[in-house]
Amino acid sequence: MNLQFVVDGLLLGGLIGLGAIGVTLTYSILRFANFAHGEFITWGAYATLAVTGLIGWATGQQLGGAGPFSVGWTVLAAGLVAMLLTGLLALGLDTLLFARLRARGNAIIMVMASFGASMALRSLLEFVFTSEPKYFSRDIQIAIPLGAGVRVTADQLLMLAIAVVLVVAVHLIMTRTTIGRSMQAVSENPHLASVAGVDVDAVIRATWLAGGALACAAGIMSGITVQVRPFMGFDLLLPLFAAAILGGIGSVPGAMIGGLIVGLAESAAVPLVGGGFRAAVAFLLLIAVLLVKPAGLFGMRE
Amino acid sequence: MILDWLTYGAFFLVTAASFGIMALGLNVQWGQTGLFNVGVAGFAAVGAYASALLTAAPATGRVGGYELPIAIGWLGAVAASGVVAALIGAITLRLRADYLAITTFGIAIVIQLVAVNAEWLSGGPFGIAFIPRPFASLQEHALTFNLANLALASLVTCTVFIGLERLMRGPWGRVLRAIREDEAAAASLGKNARLYRLQAFVLGCMIVGLGGAMQAHAIGFIAPENYLSALTFQVWAMLIIGGAGNNRGALLGALAVWGLWSLSSALVSMLLPAGIQARAASLQLVLIGVLIATILLLRPRGLLGERLVVSRFLPQRKD
Repeated sequence: MNLQFVVDGLLLGGLIGLGAIGVTLTYSILRFANFAHGEFITWGAYATLAVTGLIGWATGQQLGGAGPFSVGWTVLAAGLVAMLLTGLLALGLDTLLFARLRARGNAIIMVMASFGASMALRSLLEFVFTSEPKYFSRDIQIAIPLGAGVRVTADQLLMLAIAVVLVVAVHLIMTRTTIGRSMQAVSENPHLASVAGVDVDAVIRATWLAGGALACAAGIMSGITVQVRPFMGFDLLLPLFAAAILGGIGSVPGAMIGGLIVGLAESAAVPLVGGGFRAAVAFLLLIAVLLVKPAGLFGMRE
Repeated sequence: MILDWLTYGAFFLVTAASFGIMALGLNVQWGQTGLFNVGVAGFAAVGAYASALLTAAPATGRVGGYELPIAIGWLGAVAASGVVAALIGAITLRLRADYLAITTFGIAIVIQLVAVNAEWLSGGPFGIAFIPRPFASLQEHALTFNLANLALASLVTCTVFIGLERLMRGPWGRVLRAIREDEAAAASLGKNARLYRLQAFVLGCMIVGLGGAMQAHAIGFIAPENYLSALTFQVWAMLIIGGAGNNRGALLGALAVWGLWSLSSALVSMLLPAGIQARAASLQLVLIGVLIATILLLRPRGLLGERLVVSRFLPQRKD
């Protein structure tokens, strides 16, 4: 069997994992399944494209790849700005919509509102940028053979490295900083946490910022290695939910491992069932988890 | 000219009625029981394809094509969506509420994938054409044909509506609302919440499937792209705008949203050049998304809110 699917699966799994961290955090801290999370991925990718274009226009430089990569430093800089912007978008959506519904205390209404918001956000992008796919670079990358028939491009290696750095950073923030511990406390028991002096509003802000920023990173990874289009995040939503539930709601390492499992399973299944049924793999995994172990691999509740 | 308008009006109402039936089905789930089904498009697709396969002419390379009467097709649609719903419901309804949202979202995506990719079953991306339309023998007289179809659609809609009204005001509907409001209290009275939820979910999906089948026969052909999540959004917008929990609201919402949708589509195709019409269509979806969110924020009851009825034998509560 050709092992190429391992490389593809790790890359896909890495970006699903980054998105799933945001899903699992909003789910455990704000207590609802956010259907608009896929849109953060898409908006992040388009924001990066837009900021890259702005930097290129402002400096008047031709944008080329740095070293062996198809994209240059400008994309990296633009990515950091876009991560902040996507975090602010998530925060803004919370202020406009979710915070007001949260006050009424009905979680399923929030799920429904997020469903409406996702439609509006996605179609707005489609209106502005059309459904024509966009690319960070038109360069064709030469894949480096790794042996055993496995090939990998420099871009793929870079994206994997960025995913690893981000996951380690999130893990350190969640376990070593005050805000990270506060987030864990609120996810375990919001009432007890607020009685113990945890600033719940700050925790909610941090959750949206982190979720938005990580979704943006996933969007950049997907945009550089595949393409940027209005449905990219929406198409990832089912894998994100599958990964978050598989890993156990509330668990950051779980979301990442769940993401890798979903990504590897999808890549392994494509040669067997054909690319058309790729999205069904995440669904079958989801059903399997709900049947066998609804709490997920690292979940505590339920 | 007037005849053209009457013909179009009748066709419009037939389509609105099929949406109204889907909204009625969703109302059993969300309005009465509090179940969040994000897979409306999927269950409508199951109904539409089931009925099309039973009633259309045979085609090479595809199963089905039994040329059965349309009524059998509709019954088949109800049965097929019921079976899919029972499978999904049995797995997810024992878990927390939003897992149902996630799984129904997933099943709708998988159903759409099957519709696109499984050519032996669904005809692939081009879908199924020449689905027999009711009263096809009258087709030469456009007005008579459309009026006859409208009469049939009204009959089916009224039957579903009256049936649901009776069901919801009877003991079964009361248990559903009791579970929605306070599951522990309902359970303490010996009501099996999971079983009732499953029944409501399956019944709702069967009605959605019937709506999907009616729509397929009204238009005459189906394709996978009709069953994207935009359809789910439309039906949800209808129920929320009309008033969740109220069957009249579901029908009124279907009429209002489908009217707005058709009107804005007509304006777009009249006023805008062909090049940007596709882009303008995405603005319609923005509008629906914003509308859902705004109504949830400002008027969660919708146009006609739920009327709290304990029993049809008791006077109505005033709140």
